Amino acid sequence: MDSFFKILSNIGAQITSRIWRLGSASRLFLLTLIYSGESFKRIHLTIREIYFTGVMSLIIIVVSAFFVGMVLGLQGYYTLQKYGSSESIGVLVALALLRELGPVVTALLFAGRAGTAITAEIGLMKATEQLSAMEMMAVSPIARIIGPRFWAGVISMPILASIFSLVGVMGGYLVAVPIIGVDHGAFWSQMNSNIDFRFDIINGLIKSFVFGIACTIIALYEGYDAPPTAEGVSRATTRTVVTSSLTVLGLDFILTSFMIAH
Amino acid sequence: MIKKNIVEIRNLSFGYGNRLLHKDINMVFPRGKVTAIMGGSGCGKTTILRLIGGQIKPKAGQVNVDGKIVHKQDRQSIYELRRKMGMLFQHGALFTDLSVFDNVAFPMREHTKLPESMIRDLVLMKLNAVGLRGAHKLMSTELSGGMARRVALARAIALDPNIIMYDEPFAGLDPISMAVICDLIRTLNDALEATSIIVTHDVKEAFSFADYIYFVADGIVAVEGTPKDLSKSKLPFVHQFVHGEKDGPVPFHYNAPSYKKDIYELV
Repeated sequence: MDSFFKILSNIGAQITSRIWRLGSASRLFLLTLIYSGESFKRIHLTIREIYFTGVMSLIIIVVSAFFVGMVLGLQGYYTLQKYGSSESIGVLVALALLRELGPVVTALLFAGRAGTAITAEIGLMKATEQLSAMEMMAVSPIARIIGPRFWAGVISMPILASIFSLVGVMGGYLVAVPIIGVDHGAFWSQMNSNIDFRFDIINGLIKSFVFGIACTIIALYEGYDAPPTAEGVSRATTRTVVTSSLTVLGLDFILTSFMIAH
Repeated sequence: MIKKNIVEIRNLSFGYGNRLLHKDINMVFPRGKVTAIMGGSGCGKTTILRLIGGQIKPKAGQVNVDGKIVHKQDRQSIYELRRKMGMLFQHGALFTDLSVFDNVAFPMREHTKLPESMIRDLVLMKLNAVGLRGAHKLMSTELSGGMARRVALARAIALDPNIIMYDEPFAGLDPISMAVICDLIRTLNDALEATSIIVTHDVKEAFSFADYIYFVADGIVAVEGTPKDLSKSKLPFVHQFVHGEKDGPVPFHYNAPSYKKDIYELV
């Protein structure tokens, strides 16, 4: 009986701690928004962070997008030709990328590449008392450290997702047209006539914008909340990837259902 | 009227959860003086500095800085109070993404609208005071422990604070760096007409420059006085601490059941 209660109380403690963390992450999010004015006064910091989180993630984004596009081209052609509609390969590649793969895979890669870097950096800044020192110098770490990184993530994500989709389409084109031999004109014209700007492109951008907010705030919160030890920072970094990935996939389902229902 | 004591701690209690780290502590820090807070590791000395800086709130009692009760101030007023304080952290806490120059310039750029040319002169003056003018182009990651501590000191005095707080300024330093920091604490205090509060467990150094010393043990101020009084003190705790004896009122062994019982039960 004792062990039963122990298990029960452990589950309870886990749930309470999750809710508690969700609350404090939301609090950090709100504070970041409140202090955004102060953050934007130092716009050069945000630009610097866009370089670190956005520009430095370009290689992984471009290379992954190219391969994802090529695989989509191959798999799409293989399936479509069974139904005799292999010219629709362009639409398939573009729709898959714009609606889903672009925003989602970019967010997952972003969490792994930039999110972990943000968590580790902030966690180590905390462990070496840099955040404390800043507070003692009457400078808010939320305005000076968290804000610029947050906005850099939020601005970078839609741009990275767009680049992902663009490069992915090129990868799909490379496989479908020059290698397999699908008609060049059919590839582009089908894509052109079947992609809706509002429904496909804007919705994809909205998704990546939301993912940008989620991934960046998770990475920032994990770093800001990390226990100031080597183990604490390493665990926080792992949690960033796990939580961001699950959140992105969950949010993707919610957003998609809203968009399709609409 | 300007109060004689720039910082006053009155009946202060602080702790985490149910465990009290400080119980009813009283301390005063007179203007222009160098006061040391001493005690064993983990007795909550650094916490006192954090309480003065308003980073944490007391459970009971209050900390007065320049006539203001710290924990009752809003964020804006606390930030105004902190602009009068400079703090040297245990390992310097320099911003690792900035150079030595930018670290020292940081508080000036954040809080003043001085032109860059003037900031440059001021930074070089502050660095000159700690003997590191020549190192201004280095990155903070390229510095030795002693140099990092000196740059952090230059940063702490960047805005000519009224109160300079030092958290374990000698921890992990070689004897030369230790002597340099020791000398700087006194010189800067007198040159800036500031008040210095030093948290340390280094007896020799603290006794050489402090005007007044508080010994903290078991959450209370165990004894206080000038270095001269304390070195003559017959109190067992002070004797053990000052002479670095391994056993005494502060036991060598952590609280444990009898050795015999522990060994016997293991078998």
